[in-house]
Amino acid sequence: MNRFIPDFVLEWWAGLPAAVQSVTVSTTQILVVTVAIILTVAFATYFERKVIGYMQGRLGPNRVGPRGLAQPFADVIKLLIKEVIVPQQSNRFLFLIAPLLALVPALATWAVIPLSENFVIADIDAGLLYVLSLTSMGVYGIILAGWAANSKYAFLGAMRSAAQIVAYEIAMGFALVGVLMAAGSLNLGEIVRAQAGGVSEWFVWPLLPLFVVYFVSAVAETNRAPFDVAEGESEIVAGFHVEYSGVAFAIFFLAEYANMVLISALTAVFFFGGWGSLLEGWTFLGDSWLREPSFFWLAAKIAFFMFAYFWFRATFPRYRYDQIMRLGWKVFIPVTLVWIAVEGVMAWMKVGPWAP
Amino acid sequence: MNRLRSWARTLLLYELWIGLAVTLRNFFRPEVTVQYPEEKTPQSFRYRGLHALRRYPNGEERCIACKLCEAVCPALAITIESGIGEDGTRRTTRYDIDLFKCIYCGFCEEACPVDAIVETRIHEYHMETPGENIMTKDKLLAIGDRFEAMIAADKAADAKYR
Repeated sequence: MNRFIPDFVLEWWAGLPAAVQSVTVSTTQILVVTVAIILTVAFATYFERKVIGYMQGRLGPNRVGPRGLAQPFADVIKLLIKEVIVPQQSNRFLFLIAPLLALVPALATWAVIPLSENFVIADIDAGLLYVLSLTSMGVYGIILAGWAANSKYAFLGAMRSAAQIVAYEIAMGFALVGVLMAAGSLNLGEIVRAQAGGVSEWFVWPLLPLFVVYFVSAVAETNRAPFDVAEGESEIVAGFHVEYSGVAFAIFFLAEYANMVLISALTAVFFFGGWGSLLEGWTFLGDSWLREPSFFWLAAKIAFFMFAYFWFRATFPRYRYDQIMRLGWKVFIPVTLVWIAVEGVMAWMKVGPWAP
Repeated sequence: MNRLRSWARTLLLYELWIGLAVTLRNFFRPEVTVQYPEEKTPQSFRYRGLHALRRYPNGEERCIACKLCEAVCPALAITIESGIGEDGTRRTTRYDIDLFKCIYCGFCEEACPVDAIVETRIHEYHMETPGENIMTKDKLLAIGDRFEAMIAADKAADAKYR
């Protein structure tokens, strides 16, 4: 890489104080990752419509651009040129800041996710704690959106949504505590390295129920089908973001898909070996890059979990709200509590993969 | 035993897997979408679409202003005024079909004794200004002249069933 940069640039770079260097490097990393996420989110909307269309025996969008690939750009431009209608009696500041409170935690969590062996924006030893805290911050955006819209239906939708998210946060948190115990560290990079060594070392096998609880809770967290009662069109119109239009709505939309991509990445990191290779045991491939851990494998796993999100949306009917609450409080939390207790005993007695 | 089976099914999410398998199977099946306007669904020659006023092979217009079509029209879409034509015969001075009132039932075509008013199988047309929905006699004659070959072929194919 250094061969391609002219010498005077390298000298100028070496002359900068270390603080400026590290800030520039960090900022560039953040920019690259953020742009990548936003592009991923844009094409996630496109692929969702295509995948669900194919599952329903029809083609998805295929008119805008070649094979419909320019559809997300058309959608974004449409949303950007629409008027942002702020309800007259609403609190203008809260109304405009709520979408940001939904989006920023989704994007900020990517700072600690290890994208490959050598690349993570912030390699902190409390990565898991950071992730859990930021996903909890997302609830503020929803509550504020419902409150600031000054509409009864938006408020109700927001309350229902917030209650649902809080219930499934607890289940998710406990599932991740199980992963924490098995890995022995809060550092996400360490958690991935604890799963090194091929498919048999992944945490999904010893912690299978925790994986199921985690993924289903994550689907409920992001208000996605079949748990999308808060934004189910037939029930409460668009739920907490019914009063939003234009750019503000675009940001909510972006936040929902960004959360989906984030949860897919976290599932891959916690249960499926992160950037580890799927084909490590296939020795007949020899020295192929397919057997090396790399960002490609993380991307492939994220793609698979996004497909799972779309698959669930195409398959399952919507849960009723009381069924959602019952599932969160009365099924998932007891399951995770029992698992943590059992796993604690296993870890104490140093039994197999459940112990760090 | 049944309780055990249903408990096991709930625990292992059996029905959910069946559902997921159904959608996945359909994901890989070919799609049934017809890509309009590049592809079109098959259309019968009997399809009742836009109307036309026909002429005889020698160029004389068939319509003799008998007003049977106006009388039979269930939606009262046809308006006729008759008078003496240029060659002294009985002709219409005004023959309007309001396409918004018309229900495209084909009764006018069946009632006409001289096969003057017919419904072609043209269904791809649009109006751009208010008032274009009233098809006047000259417009109907123009459509008849333009598509006479197609109309004659369609009606000949259907003749033995009428």
